Amino acid sequence: MTKLNTYRAGPDEAGHFGIYGGRFVAETLMPLILEVEKAYTEAKDDPAFWDEFHSQMKHYVGRPSPLYFARRLTEHFGGAKVYFKRDELNHTGAHKINNTIGQILLARRMGKTRVIAETGAGQHGVATATVCALFDIPCVVYMGETDIERQSPNVFRMKLLGADIVPVSAGTGTLKDAMNEALRDWVANVDDTFYIIGTVAGPHPYPAMVRDFQAVIGNEVREQLHEAEGRKPDSLVACIGGGSNAMGLFHPFLDDKDVRIIGVEAAGHGIETGEHCASLTAGKPGVLHGNRTYLLQTDDGQILDGHSISAGLDYPGIGPEHSWLFDNGRVEYVSVTDKEALDAFQLCTKMEGIIPALEPAHALAHVAKIAGDLPKDHLMVMNMCGRGDKDVFAVARILGIELSQ
Amino acid sequence: MTNPETRIGKRFAALKAERRAGLVTFVTAGDPDMETSREILFGLPGAGADLIELGMPFSDPMADGPSIQASSLRALKNGMTLKKTLDLVAEFRNADNDTPVVLMGYYNPIYILGVDAFAAEAQAAGVDGLIIVDLPPEEVDELWKPARDAGIDFIFLTAPTSDDARLPVIVKRASGFIYYVSITGITGTRSADIADVETALKRIRKHTGLPIAVGFGIKTPEQVAEIASVADAAVVGSALVDVIAANLDPDGKPEKGVAEKLLALVADLAAGIGGAGEKVA
Ligand SMILES: Cc1ncc(COP(=O)(O)O)c(C=O)c1O
Repeated sequence: MTKLNTYRAGPDEAGHFGIYGGRFVAETLMPLILEVEKAYTEAKDDPAFWDEFHSQMKHYVGRPSPLYFARRLTEHFGGAKVYFKRDELNHTGAHKINNTIGQILLARRMGKTRVIAETGAGQHGVATATVCALFDIPCVVYMGETDIERQSPNVFRMKLLGADIVPVSAGTGTLKDAMNEALRDWVANVDDTFYIIGTVAGPHPYPAMVRDFQAVIGNEVREQLHEAEGRKPDSLVACIGGGSNAMGLFHPFLDDKDVRIIGVEAAGHGIETGEHCASLTAGKPGVLHGNRTYLLQTDDGQILDGHSISAGLDYPGIGPEHSWLFDNGRVEYVSVTDKEALDAFQLCTKMEGIIPALEPAHALAHVAKIAGDLPKDHLMVMNMCGRGDKDVFAVARILGIELSQ
Repeated sequence: MTNPETRIGKRFAALKAERRAGLVTFVTAGDPDMETSREILFGLPGAGADLIELGMPFSDPMADGPSIQASSLRALKNGMTLKKTLDLVAEFRNADNDTPVVLMGYYNPIYILGVDAFAAEAQAAGVDGLIIVDLPPEEVDELWKPARDAGIDFIFLTAPTSDDARLPVIVKRASGFIYYVSITGITGTRSADIADVETALKRIRKHTGLPIAVGFGIKTPEQVAEIASVADAAVVGSALVDVIAANLDPDGKPEKGVAEKLLALVADLAAGIGGAGEKVA
């Protein structure tokens, strides 16, 4: 691979990161996609847009989120100094709201009067329903039936927030199917509707736009770690569903060549079983949901349903910029099984008093694997991108404990 | 204008000579199984289909409504693949060298097969045109070029959202005919208002001399006749695959006579526009 001068210049004007990304959508949507792109390009250059964004981040979301030194886990692992970026402390309990605030501000700028979203774990659905309540905009959330069952607390939260939840039974009733259905809604409601996509995927400009909103995470980390340790991190670790929390942490550091960057995919029951969501580890490039990226698929190009204990990681694709960073080797991508994530979930809860969401529990499981072998002055930052309240029922069920809901 | 040398060009020229619009039928290859699908495909010209759109089944048909989603999944469940779809076209071509076959679907299976291999195999099988839903002009060149070199027409979708700025971008690469999606929406749902369709077609015709087929939401002989009064062809899809859905046993196996029932509906639809289906001797 040729060494690039910068890893932060993408995408190009057509929305491509190398061969990935792009705008693979039906013609009906194309004018709308171009309109979103134009509006975002204008907003991006408008200081007033970012003033409002950062004001909402501060007063509504509660940013900056703390950068917390996980002392007991660091001692337990016996190596690298482990910090958590506490995005689970954001309003609504995950990083997802950084993005939904950004997109709702754009939707308002464009004069859109209806919002749709897809959701897996329900965190993006909750974050979307929340900003729709805040700005008094009707909200429809598409959610797979399997996910509705395993993330019931979030379903109720969305309903309380006034959103309409549309159950999707196609496929395995998970995130991919919800995204198909949201796109179908959008095609049918092009005039008034803004589609708030929940991760760094979809047609251009979404991967770049969502990344830009989530980059608040990495930018804060740089400042906060400088304050705490007087220097940059040595490594960054984040879990990957579509890849938005990871991209938010990684992107500001991509050109810091001495920072090791690791993305953690869901290995489900194990890569060898075929039941997983590790698109980079076990998939190949293809086209779905508006972009070219690594996908889990058959030899005939049919998309496979992934499996993960974590609804938020249960997606057979990944954001196109991650595919590009995988091919050029800037970011390492690894995977962690359901079981390993579940162990990390319990470990973190007991040792730090933080109940992590099952998604960042994957990142922590990888931290657990590598931290012990690293020197004590190695600074590792893991994105604690969500809290586990939404998962306690599902985890109880897996651990064989009956809770009355 | 269409190329008079191609099957699509010849068919539209013949329709013009007959002073009538054409009937384009959509069915999914391999729905509900290979045997029934073959029976349907071979029977379509005789029943009155002027052009055949054959769906390449895909797991995630984003622009399709419940009917065609189900149709695609039935075919996949019974083992349909892109390769087998091309084999089916080749078989059909041996029996019928006149009726144009346009493959319709999504890009990923083609991308995985490889665009050059696909273009070569499609040409060899006797495919006349391609409609790839998720390849707008912005992304189309990687398949459009090999298809063009193989003599396969690229049929582009235009929609109510395609304005006068957008249409030149679309028609630039179009050949064969233009497909007008008459509603902003997915297949098999709403039906368009005929006055709106007429206005839209007038606008599109300012940009291209290609024939225009209109589809999405057309289900009955009356609707076909109405669309035929303003367009060069009417496309019916969901209503046909619904016949398959309605004639499956509890195990999802086709009941006897499914193909006949579907072809009878095609004959009804064709009758409304004077296409009795006698052209195939
Ligand atoms: C807490 C949490 N983390 C991670 C994810 C995965 O998304 P992404 O990879 O885009 O951060 C989700 C998605 O629902 C989530 O809720």
